[in-house]
Amino acid sequence: MQNKRLLVGVTGGVTGLLAVLLVKYGNPPNMGYCIACFLRDISGGLGFHKAAPVQYVRPEILGMVTGAFVAAALTREYRAVGGSSPLVRFFLAFTAMIGMLVFLGCPVRAVLRLAGGDWNAIVGIVGLVVGVGVGIYFLNRGFSLGRASVQHNINGYIFPGLTIILTGLVLSGVPVFYASTEGPGAMHAPVFLSLGAGVVVGVLAQRSRFCMIGGIRDFILFKDLHLLTGFFALLVVAFAGNLVTGAFNPGFTGQPVAHSDGLWNFLGMALGGTAVTLLGGCPLRQLIAAGEGNTDCVITVLGFVAGAAFAHNFGLAASPQGVPVAGQWAVVAGLVFVLGIGLWGAKQFAATGGVGLEQHH
Amino acid sequence: MNNIIDARGLLCPEPVLLTKRAIDNLPGGSVQVLVDNPAARENVTRLCVNKGWNVKVEQRGSEYVLQITR
Repeated sequence: MQNKRLLVGVTGGVTGLLAVLLVKYGNPPNMGYCIACFLRDISGGLGFHKAAPVQYVRPEILGMVTGAFVAAALTREYRAVGGSSPLVRFFLAFTAMIGMLVFLGCPVRAVLRLAGGDWNAIVGIVGLVVGVGVGIYFLNRGFSLGRASVQHNINGYIFPGLTIILTGLVLSGVPVFYASTEGPGAMHAPVFLSLGAGVVVGVLAQRSRFCMIGGIRDFILFKDLHLLTGFFALLVVAFAGNLVTGAFNPGFTGQPVAHSDGLWNFLGMALGGTAVTLLGGCPLRQLIAAGEGNTDCVITVLGFVAGAAFAHNFGLAASPQGVPVAGQWAVVAGLVFVLGIGLWGAKQFAATGGVGLEQHH
Repeated sequence: MNNIIDARGLLCPEPVLLTKRAIDNLPGGSVQVLVDNPAARENVTRLCVNKGWNVKVEQRGSEYVLQITR
């Protein structure tokens, strides 16, 4: 039990250290890792949206999925499962992504932004915690996306397989994909460093079940600090690393790939936090579980990618200039949708007595 | 009477929540929890140990039976 907690801490700490390193070697500031931003860049790299500054097939993501897949296969934890409300998951993820792109970061980047002195991240993290609280409210009322069942193994292999093919194409150096020539998408560490840093985190997160949302959720629900250890290890190590590399610049204004509109930082992350709590884990955890053969989590990742494409095709995503009006309306619509799913899902399951609680004589 | 919680196919935190609801209402006795993924196995075990219950894990194929007693 103690070893497991140590492993969660090590996962957070190593992620924080590698994040500082990735920024030093070329990633955008406070963006050593950002699952939301990187899936948005991949969405652009594959041509799903036409926002020229945010197109790049990020090897960190490819490495995480590959690392998780290999770790799960070697420890015999790989298993193809799925069928737990895939379409609801897709749209929860789609909506969560719009919220995260209004804040400009996933929970991992929120912590990395804080570690870099971006005080706007505090507002975002408060929004995230409120979002997790709302999600817990629905879970306590019996919200469930239902059971997954075992599937033919081929279902589970498709996503890691595609990831490995994409990795091969990226490593070949053949310019198959769109790649930004300026903006955040043009800022990246060397491919091998990015890929390696992804694999390391993928393996560690698979073994430790590291999850940013899980940390906040389990603390509120069970007063359990287990996963929160990773959250704080990430913060402390990235903060120390930023001090060493001179990347710590405290303040609200002029922060890199960020804006200082507090209301929308808060609401964007509250939307993201609620949606991913209903989904059962943060975007990083969804990627790892997708590598472990959970096809519901693959659908979730596809929802993130589609949501990112939609956000950029229709001008919803924030930029350092602020949050577009369309993005503000999208967050409001997203909150209505997610709260509706939460209430409706809880009501339906409460009416049917929920799942699984059976008594046998 | 033996309480059985079937949390197979559920992702966290649902298996933990179902277990918590069951054992919070019990002064003691035994509860069996069925889970089918390692994260759920670990999370349910952690909850029960934190709450002072004993947990014995038995693997059956790709599923786990957690025997919880106090």
